[in-house]
Amino acid sequence: MAQSTKTPLIRISKRPAVPTKTKALVYAAAILLALVVCGLVTTLMTGLDPIAVYATMINGAFGTTRRIWVLLQDMAMLLCVSLALAPAFRMKFWNLGGEGQVLMGCFACASCMLLLGDSLPNAALILVSLVASVVAGAVWGLVPAFFKARFNTNETLFTLMMNYVATQIVAYFVILWENPKGSGKIGMINQSSQAGWLPVIADSKYLLNIIVVAAITVLMYVYMRYSKHGFELAVVGESVDTARYAGINTSRVIVRTMLLSGAVCGIAGFLLVAGTNHTLTTTVSGGLGFTAVMVAWLAKFNPFGMIASSFLIVFMECGASEISTTFSLNQSFSDILTGIILFFIIGSEFFITYQLHFRGQTKAAQEATAGKEA
Amino acid sequence: MTDVPSKHAGPVGGTPAVQMCGITKRFGSLVANDSVDLEVYKGEVLALLGENGSGKTTLMDALCGLYFPDAGQILIDGKPVTITSPKDAFDYGIGMIHQHFKLVDVFTMVENVVLGLDQPGKLDLKAAADKITQIADTYGFDVDPYQKVYDMSVSQKQTAEILKLLYRGADILILDEPTAVLTPQEADKLFAVLRNMRDDGKAIIIITHKLREVLDISDRVAILRKGRHVADLVTKQTNEQEMTDLMVGHKVHLNIDRPLPVDPKPRIEVHGLTVKSADGLTKLDDVSFAAKSGEVLGIAGISGSGQKELLEAIAGLQPVASGSITYIGDDGKREELVGKSPRDIASLGVALSFVPEDRLGMGLVANMDITDNMMLRSYRVGSSPFADRKPPRQLAEKVVEELDVQTSGISDPVRRMSGGNVQKVLVGREISSSPTVLLTAYAVRGLDINTSYTIYDLINEQKKRGVAVVYVGEDLDVLIALADRILVLCDGKVSGIVDGRTADKNKVGMMMTELHEEGGANDGAEH
Repeated sequence: MAQSTKTPLIRISKRPAVPTKTKALVYAAAILLALVVCGLVTTLMTGLDPIAVYATMINGAFGTTRRIWVLLQDMAMLLCVSLALAPAFRMKFWNLGGEGQVLMGCFACASCMLLLGDSLPNAALILVSLVASVVAGAVWGLVPAFFKARFNTNETLFTLMMNYVATQIVAYFVILWENPKGSGKIGMINQSSQAGWLPVIADSKYLLNIIVVAAITVLMYVYMRYSKHGFELAVVGESVDTARYAGINTSRVIVRTMLLSGAVCGIAGFLLVAGTNHTLTTTVSGGLGFTAVMVAWLAKFNPFGMIASSFLIVFMECGASEISTTFSLNQSFSDILTGIILFFIIGSEFFITYQLHFRGQTKAAQEATAGKEA
Repeated sequence: MTDVPSKHAGPVGGTPAVQMCGITKRFGSLVANDSVDLEVYKGEVLALLGENGSGKTTLMDALCGLYFPDAGQILIDGKPVTITSPKDAFDYGIGMIHQHFKLVDVFTMVENVVLGLDQPGKLDLKAAADKITQIADTYGFDVDPYQKVYDMSVSQKQTAEILKLLYRGADILILDEPTAVLTPQEADKLFAVLRNMRDDGKAIIIITHKLREVLDISDRVAILRKGRHVADLVTKQTNEQEMTDLMVGHKVHLNIDRPLPVDPKPRIEVHGLTVKSADGLTKLDDVSFAAKSGEVLGIAGISGSGQKELLEAIAGLQPVASGSITYIGDDGKREELVGKSPRDIASLGVALSFVPEDRLGMGLVANMDITDNMMLRSYRVGSSPFADRKPPRQLAEKVVEELDVQTSGISDPVRRMSGGNVQKVLVGREISSSPTVLLTAYAVRGLDINTSYTIYDLINEQKKRGVAVVYVGEDLDVLIALADRILVLCDGKVSGIVDGRTADKNKVGMMMTELHEEGGANDGAEH
């Protein structure tokens, strides 16, 4: 049969289920490709040797023992907030209020340290701070959840707005409790007594945080994968109708899950203030609540996958700030590199889900068929 | 050029309007179409038959530009063409009427018809309406071009869809299960129109599962099985049995069993049930009936007559405005179901195997595997905070084996399975809870003959066990063959309850469209 017509140059079709090994290979290829492109961009735009730039990045992340600790600490905090978002996201409740929930946890912890620092023994103070942080974060998660369950309000906007409320509350109290007077900020809380500070173990003020987050990671995985609650929230996320049909009280699941999500954010806030920063500012959470959204999505809400995605993000941040100082490049340059790498990683999802067919292949196949018919 | 076993002696010689040669389409390792050859001539109705997953829809999607085949060539009027988008298909005069209508509710018919037409100058609705009326008159449609879509019945909406294509000059029409939503009378009307269009020289392809309709409307039948074109028959020279055997690949018994109910006792009594939708529309109006143990109660009605609300009300998923639903246990104990939670009702043994328009919309979670779907009903068992996946896994294996579910494994998400297999999983789970009442809606919607009969067998098995089965169906032939009694709903009211063994299809069809106060005389419908 005559082939007088053209097939499209590129066609896209869906792939069947892809084995994990292939997925890992695609991701690895994506990162490799991203590094090559980053290298090209670096050379073309700055004239620098890309290998040297990468070496500096690695040095920035792992160069000294202190740097490794900072990397792990940053990773732990980011992971903690991502873990908090995971159950909400699995339930398709788009909790963009992680930032505010962490901040309220920080605020509650700092309040306890400031107000009760002199009156309670240290262990009791830490315990009270922890409980207060958890409650504060949980309440900040509960409010949008309640309105969602009761009135079906849009949780995305609601949680987002709650962030601003939290920031303003903290701003108010920072001025109220400023120390020294007139500085407009709260200095180190209980600097001399170290009341309410988490204990330093193995000479590192970060280690405790890291251990706590590691424990939360395992617990969250078990909760989401094996518990009845985890099953319920997944069903609610997939289809509210099905959940209703199965006799699941969806309102209760929404509220319960957001209490958990907020509570874990509260723990993150507690670790930030009592564990590392020992102070309260409006920016103490440093955008964790938003970066965590990306971390959670990259890992498809799998707690163990989030270890990898939070590492990637934190590594890029550490490395990027190092190259900006070493090569006196603008901080924006490191953002460009981060952007390129994320683009490739997220883009690789496409190649995992879909398959491309090029014209040549199709034509060959068609000719084979035509030949058979002739 | 084809090795298809054929009895075909072309009824209308000449160049085919559409010729598909060697169409192959793969989805991953699945071959949906395997070198399919198909031709349709002007002035004929071709019925495309095949079980679920036999590749009918894929083939038609290739013709409509929704998929591009991996191999093969399409010829229109003998000329090779490339169809890469629905627009290309349209330029060649190919139009498809899907099961789900694509109309703007707040627009009139004429507005919907001209929507998307790229015409320069001023929009002349009057001229368009005149043209619609003229087309309608040619083919025997009964239309009002200025009627709003939201005022239209399902059949009128379908008419609007057909007119949309004809207005744009389509010569090749593809209809995907057009009668699934129609009453018998409406279907007859549609067929009359299709015959007129055929006589006018249009090429028509109709996809349907109802063999009676194939015999009624088509000139030729193309049968697909497992992606291959296995037979090409002249309708006049074939019969239901032959078509079924070819479709399934082996002999099939085409009789639905209807064992006599053994010792039927009222199990569920509904009195004066009234249900209103969220926006205050009355969905069920003073409905009364009894469902008895060991009996299949069929529910007939045009879609949207309150079937969904009725089943949901019994299952506790739908708020009830007034009336009562009483469950009568084996010991004669009466329990009021209105006001009970779905979980409490389920624990009484009321199983709902409800299949809404979208099979996966309720009852199953598409992204979860069979095991997790099995435990949807039972995961609460035990006081442990953790869900025990062992019993549901065993149940999943049992259902897969006993109902012959085609799947690559019980840990595969159910969304990857075909409709029939999804249905088996759902029904299998509901039956496994050994219910006393089985509510099922559209249990065989979109299923092929073989799977449908498996489902009928399952229903009869439950009936023999003394389960009260409520079966909402859309195929009247099946309802009349399967149900012991048929309750006919019309616009939320009971227009009668008839005996399934003596019911007349046309009479039931009439009852679906208008209230028959005397209709239910033989069964004492209380209204």
